[in-house]
Amino acid sequence: MSQQGTLHRPMGVSLMSSKEPLLRVEGLKKYYEAENDFLSQLLGRSKTVKAVDGVSLEIGEGETFGLVGESGCGKSTIGRTILQLEEPTAGSVYFRGQDITKLSSEELRNLRTEMQVIFQNPHSSLNPRLTVNDIIGEAFEIHDIGTESERDTRIKELLERVGLNASHANRYPHEFSGGQLQRIGIARALAVDPDFIVCDEPVSALDVSVQAQILNLLEDLQAEFGISYLFIAHDLSVVEHIADRIAVMYLGEIAEYGTPEELFTPPQHPYTEALLSAIPEADPRWDGNRIILEGTVPSPINPPSGCKFHTRCPKVIPPAGYALEQDEWRAILSLRTRIDNGNIPLDQFSGDIATAIREEYDIPDTIPADVDRILSEALEAVAVDDFERASSMLDKELETPCAVHNPAIRSTANGQVACHLFDDRYADGTVYPETTREAN
Amino acid sequence: MALLEVEDLTVRFYTEDGVVKATNNLSYRIEAGEHFGVVGESGAGKSVSSLAIMRLIEDPGVIESGEIRFKGQNLLELSAEEMRTIRGNEIAMIFQDAETALNPAYTVGEQIAEAVRHHMDLDDAAARDRAIEMLDSVGIPDAAERYSDYPHQFSGGMQQRAVIAMALSCDPDLIIADEPTTALDVTIEAQILELLEEVSETFDTAIQLITHDLGVVAEFCDRVMVMYAGHPVEIAAVDDLYYNPQHPYTVGLMSSIPRIGDTRDRLQTIPGRMPDLIENPPGCNFHPRCPYAEDVCARREPPLVNVETGDPADPINSDSQSAACLEHTGDLLEGLDYQVTVRGTDESTGDAASTDGGVSDE
Amino acid sequence: MAPTTPERTTERGRIRISGFDPDVVASREPLSSWTPELEATEGKGRLEYAWERFKRNRLALFGTGVIVFMVLLAVFARPIELPDSLPVLAGQVIQPFSLAPVSPGTQDLINAHNPPTLENLAAWPPSPLGIFGTDWAGRDLFSRVIYGGRWSLSIGFIAVAVALFIGIPLGSIAGYYGGKIDEAIMRVVDMLYAFPFIVLAIAVIAILGRGYWELVLALVAVGWLPYARIIRGEILSVKENEYVAAAKALGATDRMIIIRHILPNAMAPVIVQATLSVGTIVLAAAALGFIGLGLSPASAEWGVMLNVEQDSIARGRWWAGVFPGLAIFTFVMAINLLGDGVRDAFDPQGDRTGSGGMR
Repeated sequence: MSQQGTLHRPMGVSLMSSKEPLLRVEGLKKYYEAENDFLSQLLGRSKTVKAVDGVSLEIGEGETFGLVGESGCGKSTIGRTILQLEEPTAGSVYFRGQDITKLSSEELRNLRTEMQVIFQNPHSSLNPRLTVNDIIGEAFEIHDIGTESERDTRIKELLERVGLNASHANRYPHEFSGGQLQRIGIARALAVDPDFIVCDEPVSALDVSVQAQILNLLEDLQAEFGISYLFIAHDLSVVEHIADRIAVMYLGEIAEYGTPEELFTPPQHPYTEALLSAIPEADPRWDGNRIILEGTVPSPINPPSGCKFHTRCPKVIPPAGYALEQDEWRAILSLRTRIDNGNIPLDQFSGDIATAIREEYDIPDTIPADVDRILSEALEAVAVDDFERASSMLDKELETPCAVHNPAIRSTANGQVACHLFDDRYADGTVYPETTREAN
Repeated sequence: MALLEVEDLTVRFYTEDGVVKATNNLSYRIEAGEHFGVVGESGAGKSVSSLAIMRLIEDPGVIESGEIRFKGQNLLELSAEEMRTIRGNEIAMIFQDAETALNPAYTVGEQIAEAVRHHMDLDDAAARDRAIEMLDSVGIPDAAERYSDYPHQFSGGMQQRAVIAMALSCDPDLIIADEPTTALDVTIEAQILELLEEVSETFDTAIQLITHDLGVVAEFCDRVMVMYAGHPVEIAAVDDLYYNPQHPYTVGLMSSIPRIGDTRDRLQTIPGRMPDLIENPPGCNFHPRCPYAEDVCARREPPLVNVETGDPADPINSDSQSAACLEHTGDLLEGLDYQVTVRGTDESTGDAASTDGGVSDE
Repeated sequence: MAPTTPERTTERGRIRISGFDPDVVASREPLSSWTPELEATEGKGRLEYAWERFKRNRLALFGTGVIVFMVLLAVFARPIELPDSLPVLAGQVIQPFSLAPVSPGTQDLINAHNPPTLENLAAWPPSPLGIFGTDWAGRDLFSRVIYGGRWSLSIGFIAVAVALFIGIPLGSIAGYYGGKIDEAIMRVVDMLYAFPFIVLAIAVIAILGRGYWELVLALVAVGWLPYARIIRGEILSVKENEYVAAAKALGATDRMIIIRHILPNAMAPVIVQATLSVGTIVLAAAALGFIGLGLSPASAEWGVMLNVEQDSIARGRWWAGVFPGLAIFTFVMAINLLGDGVRDAFDPQGDRTGSGGMR
């Protein structure tokens, strides 16, 4: 379809610049309403879940772009929003230079032959009541491609191409194994001859040996048809293997971009570092330094201010003017997050509450006197149940850029990172007035 | 005497489609405080073997033969009542899906306290204290507060911690962990593995870890059993398994995982897929997928043998590496032609050709 | 345990295994005749498996047999003629059989054998002459019971069909589109549910008056609610399946997605419910007949027959109440057996052909 367009185009005059990538996503946001019941809507109490919060990326022709992150970081939502299966809250998606968020439903339907998707769960991604023939042939029916016999031939071709027996076309999904089902899903996506496929965790439900088969198949198809992939996965080792470039996501934002080599060569974003170190290495003699992150990913309903990772980050920038060690600062910061959320059960403590809190939340004894004084004051406020005062006191006195400014993506020697550690302006921990902060 | 000795365990499921041979002559042992890994793809019979230990095989499944000796006592001969006291008290189980392992209608704390009351004969207040203590020991912050939270108020990682707390509440000697981290993110997985490690060290608890993740096994286990189509195909110390695998299936698994820092363009795969356990291939179950298979493999079923001597393996009394491949009984003409290379060293172990000398003909 | 104390490393991806060449397997002759089977042997859909399970359920088959038998009895009870309102074919007989010995509305049984006296008109007990006896007006009960199936059964099946016709589209729309449409439809359902079934039916009849179609309408007025609710709930879960997203990604229209992908996968519980509620509807129709709000007192509908014989047992005419009651009981029982069979047939718990019976 696109080739027809280029045929009639005057030589040398291209509609898009040669630099325009196949797919360009700009400032993509997707918010959901949480607790969407009638009553809370009526009372104006509805909350927004910021599943994707301002993501930009580019995918070139024939490229595999890997998107990794933990569950709930919004990576699947990006895939669905790019495909316009869900409407973005803000931002644009350009496919061959055309903003597809603005297309009519008819135009979008035509575009569906160029963008396709492969899902995670092979059992739920194929309609159990349709035969393989119907499943793969659905695309032909929708877009009215070919005659009956042409369709049949094409379906057989596709089945053989993805490594299945063409004589199985009249069977139902429940007769196949997971790996075979995933091949059927791939054949369905290939039926319309797409240029771009979103692979949403395509191998995470499969066994290791089958996983390798599918990854190889995807690579072969790319080599043969020049397809670009957006490869979404939580498994960094899979993404590292297949992707040309990788983006690491945390809480709806991209923390770091880079090629696999860049990403796995220090220094990187502290989150990438932790994610990487957590991957169990299939080598019993491996003794790498494991960074165990505290707690779990915060809720996207009420994400932390500043850098969203600062509540768990093992490398938060300490406040200017204090001689704080990282572990001391980390402990204070965690306590502060608790105080901010009012999450200290005062009735559980007896005796001197301030001391008890220090003990319970493992505040080291070694913290410098000046910081200790501030902390004591704040804990006194906590002891009388005045969390607000304690919170504002700590915020003011112990200010870190990580909790105030949302870091922008910056180029470094190894890819692009959204972290204040790589921004010289914050090197000494001073919080400058609003300079780089993005509208949140 | 080892903590757990499983001998010739055979489990069958009599289904409408035929007899599912879930495990066949499974033998292994676990020492006190040991971490024993069971690895294999889905449908290899890993979970069935652990359910058998707990005597939780349900109709149409039947434990056909074998013995499961726990501290010298054959669990298969115990009465239902005796078995109930063993479950939870001495052997506890952790499942993959923590969310369904917890009852959504009761608070997390109540469920742990209930388990404690049931097994330790404590009064309500003491059970509550013990439950809070357990929640605290598995790293749940504000344990006393969270005692009265419902499971849905916990995140996935926290739920798994709560399940571990429940398993630990009665101080068992053996924990059977069935894919305990598969549903979790890597950073949470790291937390949970660290917790299990800690727990087993503090309480000297043995852990049977069932997983498909070779990374988790390498990190966590002391000895490993690899299963294929209901058969144990290789039992070895973890170091030997990774640096010197002796069964083609293990070799295939090891070469099909993507490793970070590895620059290969293509992954090696194991062609085809595992048989459905109803109609297994004749001879060696793995022969239709094995690049080293020869005619004899389709005729003769390979016994599990000591790879050094070629004698029948004795996984209960011996620690030697054993594998079920005809190569080790000297029946293969061509041998297994693969190399294990370790970057940065000259070490090249596992070339089966070099172990040929150690194989004695019987 | 390892023979040598291994050196530790912090480097990743050190181990590499080479020489395991899967292509060898593809290129060599198979070593044995064994081939990997598909999970099931034949190209069969889930419906076929459900049917196979149903066939094995003897109680359900028995229930089905009883229902078919009662339907046949009703159809062949008396000849069926086309109504006089039809221009050319008026009065043509399309079903000439007559299983009922006499017309259900007449006293022919008595007349044929006795001179009609007032005494003879009194109810007869069961006798070789009329095996169910006669009712208070001397009408043959056997003829009336089998002929009455025409009323009772047709009301049951028609009311359920119409209720499905209303409930499924409304429930589907509510479930698929969600939001305000969902809110509106489901609040109406909630409101109607707040009335007791019988009260609502009585209200409808009070407004429309008595009659066959009025009765059907009264039963449909509340009968569609469960279908709307069930299908909505099912659709809410079915539409989360990735195959629905895949169809959208292929450009399928909403109509196509609902008809092709969602409804077929959401219908099983509705079918079960519909089967079971044929019995409920027949009971409800009988109940309305019994309290005098059903068909005309002269008709042979089973509930009406019970109504007019309310005091018969007290007067010693047990047969006049027992036989219509037995007919209702038998039919509802059979429908329930069938419904349970349908449910078991669709129940995935009994499905061992899918991903296997083991964990």
